[in-house]
Amino acid sequence: MKIICFHEKSFTILNTETEFRVFTLMGPNPKMKREFPDSTRSSPFPDEVLERVLSLLQSPKDRSAVSLVCKDWYNAESWSRTHVFIGNCYSVSPEIVARRFPIIKSVTLKGKPRFSDFNLVPENWGADVHPWLVVFATKYPFLEELRLKRMVVSDESLEFLAVNFPNFKVLSLFSCDGFSTDGLAAIATHCKSLTQLDIQENGIEDKSGGWLSCFPENFTSLEVLNFANLNTDVNFDALEKLVSRCKSLKVLKVNKSVSLENLQRLLVCAPRLTELGTGSFMPELTGRQYAELETAFNQCKNLNTLSGLWEATALYLPVLYPICSSLTFLNLSYTFLQSLELASLLRQCPRLRRLWVLDTVGDKGLEAVGSNCPLLEELRVFPADPFDEEIIHGVTEAGLVAVSYGCRRLHYVLYFCRQMTNAAVATIVQNCPDFTHFRLCIMNPGQPDYLTNEPMDEAFGAVVRTCTKLQRLSVSGLLTDLTFKYIGQYAKNLETLSVAFAGSSDRGMQCVLEGCTKLRKLEIRDCPFGNVALLSGLEKYESMRSLWMSACNVTMNGCRLLAREMPRLNVEVMKEDGSDDSQADKVYVYRSVAGPRRDAPPCVLTLSGL
Amino acid sequence: MQGGFFGGGSGGSVCMSTVSMEDNVVMSSEDSSSPDEGELELGLGLSLGGAACFKGSGPRGCQQYARILTAKDLPSKVSVSSSSSTTSSSSTLSRAIATAGTKRTADSVAASNGVASQVVGWPPIRSHRMHIMVNQAKSQVTEEFSSMNKRKNAVEEKVGNKNINSDNTKARTSLFVKVNMDGTLIGRKVDLNAHGCYETLAQALENMFLRTTTTVNMTRLSTPEHKNMIDAKRHSQLLGGSSEFVLTYEDKDGDWMLVGDVPWGMFTSSVKRLRIMRTSEATGLGK
Repeated sequence: MKIICFHEKSFTILNTETEFRVFTLMGPNPKMKREFPDSTRSSPFPDEVLERVLSLLQSPKDRSAVSLVCKDWYNAESWSRTHVFIGNCYSVSPEIVARRFPIIKSVTLKGKPRFSDFNLVPENWGADVHPWLVVFATKYPFLEELRLKRMVVSDESLEFLAVNFPNFKVLSLFSCDGFSTDGLAAIATHCKSLTQLDIQENGIEDKSGGWLSCFPENFTSLEVLNFANLNTDVNFDALEKLVSRCKSLKVLKVNKSVSLENLQRLLVCAPRLTELGTGSFMPELTGRQYAELETAFNQCKNLNTLSGLWEATALYLPVLYPICSSLTFLNLSYTFLQSLELASLLRQCPRLRRLWVLDTVGDKGLEAVGSNCPLLEELRVFPADPFDEEIIHGVTEAGLVAVSYGCRRLHYVLYFCRQMTNAAVATIVQNCPDFTHFRLCIMNPGQPDYLTNEPMDEAFGAVVRTCTKLQRLSVSGLLTDLTFKYIGQYAKNLETLSVAFAGSSDRGMQCVLEGCTKLRKLEIRDCPFGNVALLSGLEKYESMRSLWMSACNVTMNGCRLLAREMPRLNVEVMKEDGSDDSQADKVYVYRSVAGPRRDAPPCVLTLSGL
Repeated sequence: MQGGFFGGGSGGSVCMSTVSMEDNVVMSSEDSSSPDEGELELGLGLSLGGAACFKGSGPRGCQQYARILTAKDLPSKVSVSSSSSTTSSSSTLSRAIATAGTKRTADSVAASNGVASQVVGWPPIRSHRMHIMVNQAKSQVTEEFSSMNKRKNAVEEKVGNKNINSDNTKARTSLFVKVNMDGTLIGRKVDLNAHGCYETLAQALENMFLRTTTTVNMTRLSTPEHKNMIDAKRHSQLLGGSSEFVLTYEDKDGDWMLVGDVPWGMFTSSVKRLRIMRTSEATGLGK
């Protein structure tokens, strides 16, 4: 839908992503100007109306666009924004955020570069949330929601959060580190209005499960509880009581310490769950207990998401059959299933839209996916044993091809495999041209098409040519500059590109920087791209969120030049021990209105081009 | 500073740890011959510890240099491909390639089906997931091979009348055990149930460890020593007692025995893992 704004006798037409009632602002009213010659108002709409209208906009992109129309609209948007999304915590400071947006209830904050997930970023790199909390405590005391990704969060910060924000409702920590279960205890103890506690895949020091018992007895507001990735035992009694009294609980993902026997008791307390993460699924029940579990599952009519299933074996999977028909998201990525076992299960899941599995299911398992899940939109296949000495498990190109024939709506794939061919990828995207996220990881770096011995250039060429909606791409295998030429030429909607062990020369990276107009995040490791490539993106980096280059050919001089030419970019270099002085081992470049950061540790050099 | 370099095939990843762990002398000599700017170096190498650095541009593909592995580099398993094409696990071969200084060609890269596990942060799986997988895999494997029977019985008792034959009768068609060879860091796995007798097992192991099925490219690079290996006679060396190596196994009591003494069925039911031992070290193993 379009918003048409008449302003100063010119039109601005904005495309928005939101359904929006079209309205027109009357342009500068000449009558008004005559009557009120000092009026600086360009629009007769009262601010309140404008704000009310703009408050209907949700997407940050829409809001950014709207705020650029004119000053009035900028102000109105600022006053009506309640959720702020900050993709790079160093691109802006908390003070600047608070100055612009006076009424924020919900913050999403992302910190470290994504490659920190793979241990490529030094531990003390930064992204500490505490300075943000300190500012928020003053400026946004009524903050309700905080979602953090790859931030450093200490127990002190969690306690600070728990104590200083009386309305706090939602805490989501994904891939964060620096805290322990003590911090969770503080949250449980003090956050009286908490509705969501979602702790996922964090580097958490798991001291004890006692934190769960810290929820007060009169606490009943919880709707989402996810502690699946914690290891220590929680007091089951406390958990059961918590689940019983939180009548609005919709999402419950427990950890391995919760046995099947206990799971049954939880299900009985909370049959209205929509998302369930089981604990251990070890087959250790008596016949009667098994029957009770089956009954309990039968009562859960609303379950659409299932995960956990640790140590599940074929033996007990049938207990899930009652809920399978309504499942839309099944996460089996911690379950070692074989192909036949998966097939039996999937026959029960015709409505599946998202599936995560381990590659133990093999190509045969994936054939079953293709046969049984026509509505599938997302598939992720993780390697069960990425460092396997002998390839006894795993999936090949055949598996994904089979899926593509059966699941034409597939638009998100993350696929770890040990062999792939250009022809297979071409077939896959021909069957499924709607890919928005194509992440292929051929696990051996630089491996060519195993049938033709050619580079995998044509595979990714096919992907970018066919999948015009592609937003995210991860490439792998033996790749020359040709891959990047294709990407630059065709991937016009690409926003995120991940490259490893690929390319032949600077030209590769240049093609991407020149051609991918919507590129926001570029992360590169172990590629022969040097200063020429780095500097070719000089004018591009300000329109991107960030660039990461590690183990490439970039030198300190190249980085200094970049920093000098582009003062609004932060150019940070991390040096490895014992590396050449002139080499820039790891480079992280990002736009920022907050200037160079002041909390960089010694191993991070901020270049200022001086 | 840059470590040495190595090239070719899956041998790349495999050789790396072999060479660096065992042949520090070799590595350091390679250090000093590290390439200058623009010089073509060996083909596929794998960045270890993130210290890889490319010198010069132009040549296709990655030229990477490895540091000498230290304890902190976590020298755990390195994968070797088992699929159709090449494997080259002998340290001799890797040394041969290292000294040869060949350019990487598409073919030699084609040989690389092994997974590079020694590369930091590769494959790109969150460490969180990695920990969980490793721990589960361990327990999974242990269960499969040593307590399968125990578990079946336990389950039978517990589930009572319920028909649990789905697990019991499901044919376990593979019985993988680890095989390590003295002098080789990289272990393999072999499916004992794919063999019905000692002869085929020995043949398979010889193919895995003592010979490579490398293509012509590799023979180009081989030293005379290596060539001998390729030309070696194809009859069983491991069982004949006449070669440099002898095949042994650890049984469920933890004792190391010579393979071939007991009937095959008895062997498969008690074997936990295999080891190709140097004959010189195999003294004391009762025959």
